[in-house]
Amino acid sequence: MSGPLDPAQSVAEQAAAIPDDGQWPVWEVFTQSEEGAPHEHAGSVHATDAEHALQNARDVYARRGEVISLWVVPSAAITASTRGDAGPFFDPGADKAYRHPQFYKVPRGVRGL
Amino acid sequence: MTQTRPAPQDDPAKVAEFEARIAAGQSIEPKDWMPERYRRQLIRMMSQHAHSEIVGMLPEGNWITRAPSLRRKISLIAKVQDEAGHGLYIYCGTETLGVDRAELIQQLLDGTAKYSSIFNYPTLSWADIGVIGWFVDGAAIVNQTVLAKASYGPYARAMIRICKEENFHKRQGYEIVATLANGTPAQKAMVQDAVNRWWWPSLMMFGPSDANSPNTAELIKWKVKRKTNDELRQRFVNQTVPQAAAVNLTLPDPDLAYDEETDSWKFGRIDWDEFNQVLRGNGPCNRERLAARRTAHDEGAWVREAASAYAAKQRAKQASEAA
Repeated sequence: MSGPLDPAQSVAEQAAAIPDDGQWPVWEVFTQSEEGAPHEHAGSVHATDAEHALQNARDVYARRGEVISLWVVPSAAITASTRGDAGPFFDPGADKAYRHPQFYKVPRGVRGL
Repeated sequence: MTQTRPAPQDDPAKVAEFEARIAAGQSIEPKDWMPERYRRQLIRMMSQHAHSEIVGMLPEGNWITRAPSLRRKISLIAKVQDEAGHGLYIYCGTETLGVDRAELIQQLLDGTAKYSSIFNYPTLSWADIGVIGWFVDGAAIVNQTVLAKASYGPYARAMIRICKEENFHKRQGYEIVATLANGTPAQKAMVQDAVNRWWWPSLMMFGPSDANSPNTAELIKWKVKRKTNDELRQRFVNQTVPQAAAVNLTLPDPDLAYDEETDSWKFGRIDWDEFNQVLRGNGPCNRERLAARRTAHDEGAWVREAASAYAAKQRAKQASEAA
């Protein structure tokens, strides 16, 4: 994966800095299937820049009118939690039953709660 | 590929934890710990699958310029474009295992990677395009429907996406077959000939019989595969026999017979020598397919270079505007 390019370089130098074997940086693709729906991860594409990534994502993940909006994000820009740390990391949310409605008793026969 | 190198010793406690997760039906995701052998098996299977999608474009591409009508031509172009997309879905899934797509593509171009043996057979007539959609895509759907439940999340999700799209491939193929089967005697003879040539290679698509499939037990244990090669092959035969009867075509197997006890169609012996020859590179079109793939890659080099140059130019422009 190529890093950020140096603007001081000439166009030719910058072009040479991008591998020409099709192994451009990886972009993660998120698609929205209809108005109001969330964007969901669909897969990834290789592309030279954001505009190119959007075009490739359209060709690969939106060939049937099933997508109304696309996001592309450089894979390297995503920070994710890891499974190994999931226990302690999510622990603060695991023991708070009082954050769920079932924790609270309601007198028999009361509705709309 | 990497099969000959023994996998480094994995921590037995981690392997036990991993296998417990598999047994509990959990999905394995890219950053999760996995045995090295699981990773290698998946890279092998997924890259072969991706290569098959890409090489699979070639036999059909052969008929795009000669499709008999505009309707047939737009369908075929869309189908071939889908195969390219399917290859990309699976390459992207394979990359989550820590390999580069460029490396995998290089293995294909070097001739060191395997792909499905079926694509080394020639497409001699227009009827072949119909039969490929019906048999080859039909067999692929049987295989992929099960792989959509594979334990590796990115592979399973790519399969779900592919299965949704591939039903059109099968139906467009069967429509071509049914049209020819109801056509002139010459058309009917042409489609019967295509059926006769593609039937056995299609059965071979499911891979060696269970007795000779060294990878199956491990892949089933880790729920990468959920059914054996022979189970899937039988499922394909059972669904295809009535489809052939419906359009008055015969399948080229004198031993094909319905078995009431198992509610299945028994079929004759598969010529595994032929299968092994094709896998070893001695099928009718192995050399032609790789040569075509290399030419396409080389002739596309200027497009990749132009995209890189354009992106660099855009960046330089933005940088000078910002300065």
